[in-house]
Amino acid sequence: MWQALYEELKDKGFMVVAVAQESRGAEHARPWIEQAGSSYWQLIDTDHRLEDLYNLVNVPQAIWIDEQGRIARPPETAGSTDHFRRMDLSTRTMTPRDQAERLAARQAYLDAVRAWVATGAHALPAAAVRADLPKVTPEIAEARARFRLGVWLRANDRAAEGDLHLAEASRLHPESWSLWRQAADLDEVGKASGPEFWKRVQALGDRPYYPPPKL
Amino acid sequence: MTKILTPTGEHDIAAHDGLWMSPVDAERVTGWTLKPEGMCRADLCVPLPASALAPNEVDLEAFWKKLGGPVVASEARDVWALGAAAEERNATLEGLEAPDFTLPDIDGVPRTLSQLRGRKVFLATWASW
Repeated sequence: MWQALYEELKDKGFMVVAVAQESRGAEHARPWIEQAGSSYWQLIDTDHRLEDLYNLVNVPQAIWIDEQGRIARPPETAGSTDHFRRMDLSTRTMTPRDQAERLAARQAYLDAVRAWVATGAHALPAAAVRADLPKVTPEIAEARARFRLGVWLRANDRAAEGDLHLAEASRLHPESWSLWRQAADLDEVGKASGPEFWKRVQALGDRPYYPPPKL
Repeated sequence: MTKILTPTGEHDIAAHDGLWMSPVDAERVTGWTLKPEGMCRADLCVPLPASALAPNEVDLEAFWKKLGGPVVASEARDVWALGAAAEERNATLEGLEAPDFTLPDIDGVPRTLSQLRGRKVFLATWASW
């Protein structure tokens, strides 16, 4: 997904680290990774550790990290948009206008990454990064522990019991699409984008599924 | 053996009656060391109530809850998960140093974020689902 960007910028002190939030494990992610033919790091994160460490709620989200290892932009949507919510579900297609807008938004995001690498543009001052960091609540912290336990139980032939903890994780942290969708996928491949997913998306109403980055 | 899952690891520990264990095992799981002042890590010590201590044993569940971290267990109490406390996560993120991690690539080779110091890193998630 980021290979062209990486090729273009890799000699300018730039690296891409793509982390698969994939509780089914490496082999499940392998076809996508091999198809991407990427030369940057492609890592496998079966326990969604990255989402725990950085308080993430959806994929794809990105964090920009500068040369000193400092967070230059808080977690934000990485190039995706909400246009998919208006697509024709029977044909799975978007209108030409939505497709064009979606592409333009993605292009603008990639251009922002290019500008950051070239000049440091779009890196935020510390106070602005802090102000935009989503806060971890005790409920979110418990949801992470439940999710970890649920994934382990599922991987060790205790699916029914694991599902109880995964469901409780989603109840405790309803804003996390990743917790819900990963649990749905563990239940059955495809379920994460099935009818129940669309019902949840519709229930958002005016709220975004992919909040646009504040560039 | 009791299985204990932490944010970064997985341990098999000889625990009894919940998470009562030797201080050596408690340190192995948490990185905190039992001292006369309490459980200590670097310069920080967290005192433990007498009810969480026994001769050469410590109640890890009581300690972890004192830290503010979530503790959840399977029905048979043979598998436990200790989560990071919300305040710890927030304090780390607000420090703005990117939390470090080590994860395997597709061939199982471990990769550590901090190895990339000196470069700009675009750290992004994705999933097949």
